[in-house]
Amino acid sequence: MFDILIIGAGICGTSIARELTRFKLKIALVDKENDVSNGTTKANSAIIHAGYDPKPGTLMAELNSRGNPMFDTLCSRLQVPFKRIGSLVLAFNDTDLKTLGKLYKQGIQNRISKMEIIDRDQLRNLEPEINPAAIGALYAQTAGIVGPWELAIALAENAIDNGAELYLNSPVVSINKVDKVFTVTTDSAQFRSKVVINCAGVQADKINNLIAPPEFKIMPRRGEYYVLDKTAGKMVRHVVFQPPGDLGKGVLVTPTVHGNVLIGPNSERVSRDDAIETTAQGLEYIQKTAQQSFTNIPLHQTINIFAGLRAEPDTGDFIIAESPTVKGFINIAGIKSPGLSAAPAIAEKVVGIVDSILPALKPNQDFIETRREIIHFAELSDKAKARLIKKDPRYARIICRCENITEGEIVDAIHRNAGATTVDSVKRRVRPGTGRCQGGFCMPRVIEILAREQNQEMDNILKDGLNSPVLTGMTKSEEIRESEPAFTAPQLKEVEC
Amino acid sequence: MLNYELVVIGGGPAGLAAAIEARKNGVQNILVLERDLELGGILQQCIHNGFGLHIFKEELTGPEYAQRFINELLEMDIEYKTDTMVLDISEIKTITAVNKQDGLIQISANAIILAMGCRERTRGAIRIPGTRPAGVFTAGTAQRFINIEGYMVGRRIVILGSGDIGLIMARRLTLEGAKVLAVAELMPYSSGLTRNIVQCLHDYDIPLLLSHTVTDIRGKDRVTGVTISKVDQNLKPIPGSEKEYQCDTLLLSVGLIPENELSLQANIKLDPRTGGPIVNESMETSVEGIFACGNVVHVHDLVDYVTEEAQKAGAGAADYIFEEITEKIPAVPIVPQEGVNYIIPQNIRIDNLNGFLDLMLRVTSVYRNAKICVRADEKTIKEVKRPHLSPGEMERVRLNSNIMKTIRPKTISLYIDGEKTQYAI
Repeated sequence: MFDILIIGAGICGTSIARELTRFKLKIALVDKENDVSNGTTKANSAIIHAGYDPKPGTLMAELNSRGNPMFDTLCSRLQVPFKRIGSLVLAFNDTDLKTLGKLYKQGIQNRISKMEIIDRDQLRNLEPEINPAAIGALYAQTAGIVGPWELAIALAENAIDNGAELYLNSPVVSINKVDKVFTVTTDSAQFRSKVVINCAGVQADKINNLIAPPEFKIMPRRGEYYVLDKTAGKMVRHVVFQPPGDLGKGVLVTPTVHGNVLIGPNSERVSRDDAIETTAQGLEYIQKTAQQSFTNIPLHQTINIFAGLRAEPDTGDFIIAESPTVKGFINIAGIKSPGLSAAPAIAEKVVGIVDSILPALKPNQDFIETRREIIHFAELSDKAKARLIKKDPRYARIICRCENITEGEIVDAIHRNAGATTVDSVKRRVRPGTGRCQGGFCMPRVIEILAREQNQEMDNILKDGLNSPVLTGMTKSEEIRESEPAFTAPQLKEVEC
Repeated sequence: MLNYELVVIGGGPAGLAAAIEARKNGVQNILVLERDLELGGILQQCIHNGFGLHIFKEELTGPEYAQRFINELLEMDIEYKTDTMVLDISEIKTITAVNKQDGLIQISANAIILAMGCRERTRGAIRIPGTRPAGVFTAGTAQRFINIEGYMVGRRIVILGSGDIGLIMARRLTLEGAKVLAVAELMPYSSGLTRNIVQCLHDYDIPLLLSHTVTDIRGKDRVTGVTISKVDQNLKPIPGSEKEYQCDTLLLSVGLIPENELSLQANIKLDPRTGGPIVNESMETSVEGIFACGNVVHVHDLVDYVTEEAQKAGAGAADYIFEEITEKIPAVPIVPQEGVNYIIPQNIRIDNLNGFLDLMLRVTSVYRNAKICVRADEKTIKEVKRPHLSPGEMERVRLNSNIMKTIRPKTISLYIDGEKTQYAI
């Protein structure tokens, strides 16, 4: 029996799992997808907000301001890219300036440091390419950018290093509780656990409703984005927001941790919790709106477009609490923005809740804060490159020409805990396919490596989900497979720990 | 640090021909660097025929065409390294490269020829909305999977873009038992060669939908369908014209982009019209002693022209190495005007011209009964009649060097005189 079962391996689920491995607990982390971080965590603005935005007194305000300063240590220990580049909220007129004043005051109430309202000249100094019509900005130095899925993957890996167990492709179909023990049934297995933590993102309400009366509703809100080539990377230096409106923080323009430019999101209520398609209207709206911040956005340098869903709760604030009706069932729900910024603080808060449910938590003496070292070949000095190649010649084979990713790095990503098994999961970990050719050159070679390392045929290699084979069989073969699932659900079995 | 007189970056058709030509011109110490496992470049996956009509007066397959040059290279004992990636080129012509055998190597060269080829435009670049399932491929990647790796990419296919690779793949997939439902083309004309439209689409009853584009991709894990819409004169989708196609695969043949990451590292000036380096009559870039040829300069339709251009670069590099260039003379710009999209070379040094000067150009739209006109300063000095001109087909205008040397123009410009038409073939 597990002590803790966490449903959902996004940024919240992985943060909580890792934080709880500091204690002697049997932890299971289950997710319906074929990789961790595969919901909202892989499709958002990747911003660590300063914390002036949420209304004072809310959980969002409390956990954002507490979470933000935790990122430096967390990301350096886990070798996750994070840069504290600061953010700017622009003002174009007096009304906007008043809004900035309000945000500033709110920031003071939320105990945010290093904020100032700057004038046009200071703004031009910080962002030379900014629309000259902007007359000032709220500058918050503590805002940052992070690799969100890289963080979730790192947290999952580290949690497993420290004893947690990860179960992917495990959609939860029912939850029961008998004699203080939960039975969580997925489509292929049964888990028993003392505590269940619901981190199911846009589906958190559905998971809650499997065991508890409906207490909240998640109304997914879609945001669409453009990613620009690194050649456009110098146009923006900070996270640049527009004056906030009713629909959120508006369209932002920001560098990414890898030197690309990210533009978006819009904010559209959608009825389906898997509506992550981009739309012509949405993209056009973002294009028009972003041009108010930067008049010359080189959208012709777009290399990718994507959309993600915000888990908007009908309560207006994060829900982080044990269910009032089902003891031992903890909801982590409605984690919209600034959820990523708050995630480390949410994890700490959940430890407190767990502590109040289970008998005295004992520290895990073997807990290790760091991951086995990750090598980024392209970032090494020539000397270090030469030395590394001598040790392992696989680092001499460049697989991804756009980002100069080596075979050594890909093989390492496959063999880590919470390792890569698919083309997209390799991409999320070591980035072949994120460059300007978008995998055109490297995808065949990544598939070859995945097949070799996993002892599989190339046509069994998936893009992402279980029904996403890239190839449909060999040429000249009798039957060409029509995208049939490469995976069949095994018999229902009880998971022992 | 290794030292070579000439380093050629890229062992495809351009690099091979350039290296061979440099050797024929007396350069002894040559190294070809190729990132793939074997020489030949993209030709190795182009197993269809139609290569070599100009150069060899016969129809070869891609691998056959490549092999002729590989054999010549081997006979000449020109040194090469495969599975070798160039990481950096400096302005002073130092190259950093990496491979399994040698590790990290530094190479100093008297001259460099860039022949890295091009890459395909992607879904992201043209921003097709929808989901992001498996089953969306660029046509060249699909070609590699089928022809090199031996795997099928799908069985019900829609192709966007009527570039040559897209057309070739329509036939290839059909021959492998897949059903190609349609080829959609945004423009009112195809950007592919006429012979490919006939031999790859018409012969297999595959519809070509001109002025159409893909406006939605559906499917969570694997493509389940796409929407194709008609576009108006401004290339915007016309509401109400949407038609749904049930397919498991979308192939994109929506343009090629010269791959100039290394050129930029060496501070070489690029032409925004071609996406490749600005070159002179010897195919020398803006950085002295660094030459370029093939698809890294501009995207060609025919490999035969790549070979010719590469030979020019190889000879030019040899002249440079042996200090036989009467240099330091101001270059004469060659300027595209009305109806001309770009011209290669972008400038010439008249004293370096020998025999003929070939200008390669692409027009901006489809013309009928047209003339390509060459103007030296204010005076039109040559007119070449063409019954048909299309952006999809590269044109060549040949000028006599002696005439250039007599006129000594300050500027040469090219323009098109003819009826513009919306419709092709």
